[in-house]
Amino acid sequence: MGILVIADNDNETIKTPTLVTVAAALQIGGNVDVLVAGSGCGAAGEAAAKIGGVNKVLVADNDTYRHDLAENLAALVVELAAGYSHIMTSTTTSGKNFLPRVAALLDVGQISDITAVVSEDTFERPIYAGNAIATVQSSDSVKVITVRGTAFDPVSADGGSAAVENVGSVTDSGVSTWDREQIVERDRPELTAASVIISGGRGMQNGDNFTLLESVADKLGAAVGASRAAVDAGFVPNDMQVGQTGKIVAPELYVAVGISGAIQHLAGMKDSKVIVAINKDEDAPIFQVADYGLVADLFKAVPEMDGLL
Amino acid sequence: MKVLVAAKRVVDYNVNVRVLSDESGVDLNNVKMSVNPFDEIAIEEAVRLKEAGKAEEVIVVSVGSSACQEQIRTALALGADRGILVETDEDVQPLGIAKVLKAIMDKEQPEIVITGKQAIDGDNSQTGQMLAALGGYGQATFASEVELGDGTVTVTREIDGGLETITVKLPAVITTDLRLNEPRYASLPNIMKAKKKPIDTYSPADLGVDVTPSITTLKVSPPAERQAGITVETVEELVDKLKNEAKVI
Repeated sequence: MGILVIADNDNETIKTPTLVTVAAALQIGGNVDVLVAGSGCGAAGEAAAKIGGVNKVLVADNDTYRHDLAENLAALVVELAAGYSHIMTSTTTSGKNFLPRVAALLDVGQISDITAVVSEDTFERPIYAGNAIATVQSSDSVKVITVRGTAFDPVSADGGSAAVENVGSVTDSGVSTWDREQIVERDRPELTAASVIISGGRGMQNGDNFTLLESVADKLGAAVGASRAAVDAGFVPNDMQVGQTGKIVAPELYVAVGISGAIQHLAGMKDSKVIVAINKDEDAPIFQVADYGLVADLFKAVPEMDGLL
Repeated sequence: MKVLVAAKRVVDYNVNVRVLSDESGVDLNNVKMSVNPFDEIAIEEAVRLKEAGKAEEVIVVSVGSSACQEQIRTALALGADRGILVETDEDVQPLGIAKVLKAIMDKEQPEIVITGKQAIDGDNSQTGQMLAALGGYGQATFASEVELGDGTVTVTREIDGGLETITVKLPAVITTDLRLNEPRYASLPNIMKAKKKPIDTYSPADLGVDVTPSITTLKVSPPAERQAGITVETVEELVDKLKNEAKVI
């Protein structure tokens, strides 16, 4: 029996959450195979073969898989599922979209967003927005699992030399088509990959003021995030949202600026190594999780910090 | 066209959830229960389709104990036409719920099913996708915009890097993200009217569905707490600590 990991890829490269998922798979034990599905994804397949600890790479290169449409991707995974004891992917919007389909087609449950491996059938996962951790055991013949992108140390992206096999099968369900996407291009690192994140909340007052954070971010090589309050107020786009319903992050340094610290925000960042809070309200709950708290007006403190870096 | 909405009874989002000392679960005694917030968005979207003349009937279904009637009544007060309670005391998991919903779909033949992208108790984010898979339907998860076409629905989805727009053939399953709409409040006259709207009750067995879970919760524990930090007085001190103490910049 082996484990099949479905890679998060952009046809050229393999994304970090996949390295985390492979790490979780190696903890479970057994041969770990990686499926790279895409269109013109040969380069991503080669990159997957270099991932440390990987046994075999399956490449499904077809236009059908270009946009990760759940119906087509799930059908492919189900076709390849025979012989695997575990089918795993990352808790990304794509993973969350197609993997429950795979589980249902195999008539098994799914264990979402695991944060620890206890044994080959028992895992820990957060529930109630991270306010409780459940230890769950699956009696299903195949365990279908998504892995939280911050919960395991990623395996090395190099050093492996797995065999690459092409998968010929193509299923186009014909029920959905991809029209377009609006991907926000940024010069800064992605939130889920950044080692430093500086986030703004309602206290930023408007979207223009986020330039204050961007200036600091550029000096620290940081990503810029936001609380749900800032997104809902229309200051910044939703893909910048850190929190239970946005992105879950765990950087080396997380700087929360003008963020009060609602439970839903804390759920998305409280596993960061070092947390800094800058807020003029000394009673803000964010200070209860901050390693360093500064009670100050952000419009003075942030430019001052910028000057000192 | 019929629209089916699936709504779950969950601990209200304002409640600070506490883990029981015997680690058997979280404390649900005397805790306020509500409609899962993402499902409330689903109800709102369905009611708007009806108000726009695009849907004739909105049916709300909930799976769980008899207490779920409260949440069904809430949905009826918000504008749904009738309710279905699939009553069971089993702690039904997403696959079981999806099978129940599939059976209801076969019975009612809705063209669109709308439900929340996840419930705020289990945080699974599975039910909609599983239902779509069981029926062989297309799915549009994490929707922030829904536009009905001729035999299709075009949905803008929230994805990691931004937004994506897909078109799915009907019948289809849609799961809602936060920014799809802002749910209304129920007015008193509508709450009164909702009391007269019908609710049908079935058991999973009536629908021929086995909802026995395959995943067992062994224990529920509180998350690791963070150590309280320190307060710094100046920005200079903060930058110094980050450089020399925490060594993160």
